[in-house]
Amino acid sequence: MAVGPVAIRRWPGIIAATVVVALILGTLLAVGLRAEAGAGLGPADFAAIRFTVWQAFLSATLSCLIAVPVARALSRRRFAGRGLLILLLGAPFILPVIVAVMGLITVFGRNGLLNGLLGALGLPEVSIYGLHGVVLAHVFFNLPLATRLILQGWAAIPAERFRLAAQLGFGSRDTFRVLELPMLGRVLPAAWAVIFAICLSSFAVALTLGGGPRATTVELAIYQAFRFDFDLGKAALLSIVQIAMAGSAALVALKLSRLDGFGGGLDRGIRRWDGHGRGLRLADSLFIALAATFLILPLGMVVLRGIGGMADLPASVWAAAVNSIWVALVSTVLMLCFALPMAVAASGKRTVVEAVGLLGIAASPLVIGTGLFIIVNPVADPFALALPVTALVNAVMALPFALRVMIPETRDVVQDYGRLSLSLNMNGWTWLRLVLLPRIRAPLGFAAGLAAALSMGDLGVIALFADPETATLPLQMYRLMGAYRMQSAAGAALLLLALSLGLFWLFDKGGRGRAEA
Amino acid sequence: MLKLESLTIAQGDFALSADFEVTAGQRMAVIGPSGAGKSTLLSVIAGFFAPVGGRVLWQGQDMTGTAPGKRPIAMLFQDANLFPHLSVTQNVGLGLRPDLRLSAEQKQAVTDALDRVGLDGFGARKPAALSGGQQSRVALARILVMNRPLLLLDEPFAALGPALKAEMLDLVAALLDETGATLMMVSHDPEDARRIAPHTVLVADGVAHAPQPTGPLLDNPPPSLRAYLG
Repeated sequence: MAVGPVAIRRWPGIIAATVVVALILGTLLAVGLRAEAGAGLGPADFAAIRFTVWQAFLSATLSCLIAVPVARALSRRRFAGRGLLILLLGAPFILPVIVAVMGLITVFGRNGLLNGLLGALGLPEVSIYGLHGVVLAHVFFNLPLATRLILQGWAAIPAERFRLAAQLGFGSRDTFRVLELPMLGRVLPAAWAVIFAICLSSFAVALTLGGGPRATTVELAIYQAFRFDFDLGKAALLSIVQIAMAGSAALVALKLSRLDGFGGGLDRGIRRWDGHGRGLRLADSLFIALAATFLILPLGMVVLRGIGGMADLPASVWAAAVNSIWVALVSTVLMLCFALPMAVAASGKRTVVEAVGLLGIAASPLVIGTGLFIIVNPVADPFALALPVTALVNAVMALPFALRVMIPETRDVVQDYGRLSLSLNMNGWTWLRLVLLPRIRAPLGFAAGLAAALSMGDLGVIALFADPETATLPLQMYRLMGAYRMQSAAGAALLLLALSLGLFWLFDKGGRGRAEA
Repeated sequence: MLKLESLTIAQGDFALSADFEVTAGQRMAVIGPSGAGKSTLLSVIAGFFAPVGGRVLWQGQDMTGTAPGKRPIAMLFQDANLFPHLSVTQNVGLGLRPDLRLSAEQKQAVTDALDRVGLDGFGARKPAALSGGQQSRVALARILVMNRPLLLLDEPFAALGPALKAEMLDLVAALLDETGATLMMVSHDPEDARRIAPHTVLVADGVAHAPQPTGPLLDNPPPSLRAYLG
């Protein structure tokens, strides 16, 4: 009843939110001011826009189409390793893009497993580069996401409905028509929109598997305008196109979904009475096996090839790894400096601060990077600031996800213990140290783990800013691949994979460590 | 001495007024129908909720605008009186210093208070490792070390069984004998009032009435209280 304990200081959170807004919108403004009215967009730019939309459309559609039978199979079958497989579906979120690309190349590339098989059968070889490579990689990343989102839809159908359906003698087809189709009608558009929005901002996948006049995304075009032509006006125009596209798609996706997709309670198998036929069982097993193979095989290949490459990694890889660890840690600290006060400020009631966190979803790291370059350029050498800028941009990009996990728990702490804290005169730092931090330890660790892993694997702004002497591990790996030093690249990939997952595990574990009560 | 001076409280459709004095050391139950505003009255006295008019005075000093933790008040809520992640010792220590940087004497005071409520040797435990009655005792140990002249209880023992609740009320009475503090205690149970509160504040029909002797009030209740007591 009596609300509004005043111990909550909002101003640090409001300052943090203001800095974030200034970063996202300020850089956009800086870019916009540089966009020359006369320059305009050329045919190549329109081709990039068309390609961006088309590949995102294909990626989202394919991911969702394949996810439906996989999620259906997962929801109605129980088998050993089911929980692990569902856990694994969450892994692509923190998987470095360049590592996944490397894995896909070892399976689908010129000298990969698939072409080996095709060659043995006397069939023509397939290429992984171009549109289908980009779509393949996007499906690799987003099929698990789509499966999880749809699985949530299945989990949301009350068990009583399935019991009733069994009582009425529904077959598999009737159950689908009456129970599952309406659910899919609600869930699929949201999942599709989220994936479409994600794929619109694709940079690292397009950089590695796309390129050329026929497979360039807008993000990649920004990079090329900036890096190769140093045409700031063109980069600025493309930035505005990108933010308009990604922003409106993100808005639609947010409207359709509540984006609460880290998947609590998905390990619950639903008891069902249909689908006992041998054909259905076989089909379900097949879908699960195919999806699992598609996800696990490329990563398994990265590990296998990487072990050989680990033996003689060039010194440049180790130097880059050290850079990356620093960037990831600094980025995590920066993210927490934003997220913690913002979560506190947003804990009273729904506020503008919360909305600011979501702005990061629509923001493009390359646009922020370009803007920072334009702002920094007159004052200092932007290339010397490559690593700090990367850490900062990564922190902003991780912020929406971090707030998503931290705000609900912070809100609970304020609601449950606000009055007690006040009556004991606990304020400011004391409250933070003795009440808030210990009580939100678990989500804090999870958020920090996400931020560290995302930053560790990021191949975005760093590609824009780095000079030949500086690199993070993903960039160094990309350079090795470009130089066809595949052995070293494979070793670097394994190192990067281990560091990303290791950092996530370390922070997440730290958060759960002494979790009590 | 606590004085509620032309106090008016409003929240949406709800309204409550209070205008009375309480002498130091008095023990009062606060009784009335559900939703009459018993908890809200305590919230205003404790400083969690601002009145729309009037003043709350302690020893003649206006404390209407004072922060809750700076008032001469110790309060127990219906639930969440302990921090689950802190040990029993830490939970009690918070009553002496909110940042827990305790001197040797203060640490001794915490140990003594735990002894006094019968929790000798429980200091290192977390609240989850205690029974409901023991958790209440920890909260009372904190009340003891806080040593504030006004104690507000917003039904902190409501979840306990009858025997355990009676035990806690007796412990509260014993602690008050030692500290001489004033007590205001919200209750749904007239027996609670008879047990430890010689006076009762009746909250009904938008008014918190001045304290009156508990026995006669409960024996011969006015219509509004009669409807509630049944």
